[in-house]
Amino acid sequence: MLGEAHQHRERGIDVAIGYIETHGRAETESLAIGIPVIPLREITYKGATLFEPDIDEIIVLKPDLVLIDELPHTNAEGSRHKKRWQDIEEILDAGIDVCTAMNIQHLESMNDVVAQVTGIRVQETVPDAFIERANEIEVIDIPPGELQQRLREGKVYVPEKVDQALDGFFKASNLTALRELALRRAADTVDAEMRRLRTQEGAGGPWATRERVVVCIAPNAMASRVVRAAARISAASHADMIAVAVDSDRQASRSDLERGQATDALELAKTLGMEVVTLSGHDIVDEVLRFAFKRNATLVVVGKPIRARWKELLFGSVVDEMVRASGDVDVYVVTADEPTTDRRRDRAKTSQGSITLLGAGLGLLFIGIATALGFALFELVGIANVAMLYVLGVAIAAVRSYPIESALTAVISVLSFNFFFVEPRFSFAVSDTRYIVLLLVMLFVALVISTLTQRLKGQLKDASERERRTSSLYRLSQLLAQQRGKRELAAVAAQEIRSVFDGDVSVLLAEQGKLTPIGSSDSGFEQKPSELAVATWVAEHRQPAGAGTDTLPGAAALYLPLLGSERLAGVLAVQVSHKPLPLGPRRLLETFANSLGLALERAILAKESNDARVQVESERIRSTLLSSISHDLRTPLTSITGAASSLKEGNPNQAPLIETIYDESIRLNHQIQNLLDMTRLQSGGVELNLDWHLAQDLITSALEHSRSSLGPRDVQVEIRGHIPLLRVDGLLIEKALVNLIENTGRHTPPESRIALVAETQDHNVVFQVRDNGPGVSEEILHKLFKPGYHSRSGGYGLGLAVVKVVTDLHNGKIQVRNTEEGGAEFSLKLPLTEHQPEMPIE
Amino acid sequence: MSKSKLLVIDDELAIRRFLRASIDPAVFDLVEAEDGATGIRMVATEAPDLILLDLGLPDMYGVEVTQRIREWSQTPIIILSARGDEMNKVVALDAGANDYLTKPFGLAELFARVRAALRLSQKRGQDAVVTLGDVHVDLAAHIVRRKGEEIHLTKTEFRLLALLAKNLGKVMTHKQLLTEVWGPEYADELHYLRVYSQQIRAKIEEDPTQPKLLITETGVGYRLKD
Repeated sequence: MLGEAHQHRERGIDVAIGYIETHGRAETESLAIGIPVIPLREITYKGATLFEPDIDEIIVLKPDLVLIDELPHTNAEGSRHKKRWQDIEEILDAGIDVCTAMNIQHLESMNDVVAQVTGIRVQETVPDAFIERANEIEVIDIPPGELQQRLREGKVYVPEKVDQALDGFFKASNLTALRELALRRAADTVDAEMRRLRTQEGAGGPWATRERVVVCIAPNAMASRVVRAAARISAASHADMIAVAVDSDRQASRSDLERGQATDALELAKTLGMEVVTLSGHDIVDEVLRFAFKRNATLVVVGKPIRARWKELLFGSVVDEMVRASGDVDVYVVTADEPTTDRRRDRAKTSQGSITLLGAGLGLLFIGIATALGFALFELVGIANVAMLYVLGVAIAAVRSYPIESALTAVISVLSFNFFFVEPRFSFAVSDTRYIVLLLVMLFVALVISTLTQRLKGQLKDASERERRTSSLYRLSQLLAQQRGKRELAAVAAQEIRSVFDGDVSVLLAEQGKLTPIGSSDSGFEQKPSELAVATWVAEHRQPAGAGTDTLPGAAALYLPLLGSERLAGVLAVQVSHKPLPLGPRRLLETFANSLGLALERAILAKESNDARVQVESERIRSTLLSSISHDLRTPLTSITGAASSLKEGNPNQAPLIETIYDESIRLNHQIQNLLDMTRLQSGGVELNLDWHLAQDLITSALEHSRSSLGPRDVQVEIRGHIPLLRVDGLLIEKALVNLIENTGRHTPPESRIALVAETQDHNVVFQVRDNGPGVSEEILHKLFKPGYHSRSGGYGLGLAVVKVVTDLHNGKIQVRNTEEGGAEFSLKLPLTEHQPEMPIE
Repeated sequence: MSKSKLLVIDDELAIRRFLRASIDPAVFDLVEAEDGATGIRMVATEAPDLILLDLGLPDMYGVEVTQRIREWSQTPIIILSARGDEMNKVVALDAGANDYLTKPFGLAELFARVRAALRLSQKRGQDAVVTLGDVHVDLAAHIVRRKGEEIHLTKTEFRLLALLAKNLGKVMTHKQLLTEVWGPEYADELHYLRVYSQQIRAKIEEDPTQPKLLITETGVGYRLKD
């Protein structure tokens, strides 16, 4: 690897060492000289200091190629990922090439074969799908003898470990077998590459139909083994693999350990690049085959634990049933000895196989009742009916007890019946052979009843569980459909997930590149920087992480990305009491996350399209404004420039020119002021500075500010009656009134009269600016306050546009009409607040 | 009245030029500073009688200049600012500026403000009676007369009017008025002022709908004109 690195360097490629294992050998260390080394990250775990490659630093430095040795390595606790190959995956995703090395026995799909050949189960494995990403695989092949020689010379391990290694794993027989595996694997890869190239060259030829293989995953220790076997088939035949798990009541008796094994196998299938499907139904064989037919699968891979023959005869075998019903589909059976001891011990721990005080008590109680009744009725009804009483007792007790308990109840009831009622009575001996038949039949019936009752219970429980999930999903989708904003969506979903999963939930929304917790958890766990870091990782990589996963498993909660169809909307954080989550709930949670992700994306898209529409609208208004503004500004400027230049030339007629400059400057100032106001008001986000104001004050100061533009016009102010205080932005309303007054001044002859009136009209205050001028022409009367209207005649436009915007901001109304006397009347109507402020007591 | 010295702190050459051209050198000495730091230094070196301060200086906010000057000098400051900038105006006034002028302004308006500010600052001690046209406010005797006739004002009305009269011609911010008359905890109860100013106008103005004495400066405060 180091030799290759030097070659790359000579070709001008930026190579760095991320991690190499020298095993303390000087020869290897000397080879590393000249290649820049990215310092390792120090991790302190339980007092020991461990070193791992620094992924973040590597991604920051971004060399072309980084060397990271020991691909199958399991990272120190507290690292981001569990495995080094996951680290490398992240580096690859950051666009950095990686050169790495591993031994053949660490390949996931080889795991079982290696265990068979060498007798050693390798713990550190790398998924095949990961290896398949490699651009180039180079086999480093050394004859076993040579390898052992190198080992002795201390070129592989530090010398202290050599003897141990030579006797164990590095035996000649093992090495030869592994060498064969490696070469065969390499040949497969080369073969596949060649076939790929050939198909590429022969493009246009018929598409080879790909085989489809269904991998059946049962909750038992074999599950992962079945997946690996299937992966090997897939590697050889390039078939599409679908891993299927059936959620069935027939598996109700399985322990959590076994369920966990199924979950692990499904995870494994995912990492090996298989599609993962969970079915549910009572009959496993039926469900799997139906699925296989539907998807046109040609092969079903199942696992079959080898069990004692009597068990097969008595309980039947799923695999046999499957073979019988498979029809055109081939069945590939992976076998292994049934792991016995572990499972029993484990099963005794679970509730399914436990004996509780309640169950045992119930059983004994009903046996007691049956016995008592038997004594009372024995003479009357005969022995056969007493047997019925016991069976009845067993049936009732079964409803409330666990399988083992109800089986025991059945056995004890038969024994009691024998003891108390079968001749000779009060002994376990049986005198008549007919009674033996009776006892056997009774035992059989009792056992069947208790088994059936148990199964029914299981189905009921499963059905209600499924029902609960379906209905919660339905409820969630209903709730999501009712909400519009993403914050509301997040809050509603958090609430619902919290109630379904009985855990602490938080939704973190991705906003402007940051995660913001919405619908925060009760404990606030997501606020902790360490937890937020996990959430950020999930957001960046769009993959689940945290508790119960392979990435950052030390986190307090499970983090799922909320993905829409093309973007990440946020992260869902769930902290559940029992972890890891079993398969069913985990799937349900993922479904929840999917629905929420899509709903959030929908909300974001809706907002964006709305924003875009508003944007277009305001662009349009702006461009209309701009054209009218340039006119409004240039007119006074032209007069000023003209008059000033005339004065500069020495024009003796100074007075009218100076007058022009002064008046036009004032006008220009008004235009600029309106322009500024308009820009500010239309830029959005204007906060009204609301406070209490008197209508009269507003009119007075508006008149004060506009007086100079009115010239000799006579102004009457009329305040009708008592007007309550208005809660408005005083400056804005004053501005609106100033603009209305100035507008009137501009469009009436100098001898006109202007009336400013304020009065209360049903919960509104109305300001009127009225004149006795010529009025507004009919043509523009109706469009004066329509959006986008800007007159070109001396600034009707801007000033009134400001009035309109200010009025709208106050939820008011602006109207214009021509009065009976012929003048124009502008009415500005502002709503009064419900309450007046309290006044001080003097 | 002796010759007064005005300090103009404004970065716009055009404005300084216009002021220099307009001010009668027989009445005022004019000194100029084009940024805040120079301005503050010149307050010490030139000892002006009045400062005209632009709010939008290149090196520091006008409000900050006001605060720095007020740390050691009571020279009256008149703020020059654009309309729509009421927020900063009020902050500057609360920080100790005496008055403000909205740009653009005419000369008549400028001189009226300058004269009012100078008169207030040069006055030693308070006149017992302030005259507003035909209204006389007797601050010592707590009596207000209009055209010789006594007008009855409530206690609060009088305190408000007296406060404005003591600062005749100067704008008083809402906060200043509310704090002085009602107390600091009432500094935001703007409606008190609305109602009381109206009551006072009804008693002292000729036409309360078009007041000539008690002027509302929207968004800033009130001013009593003589």
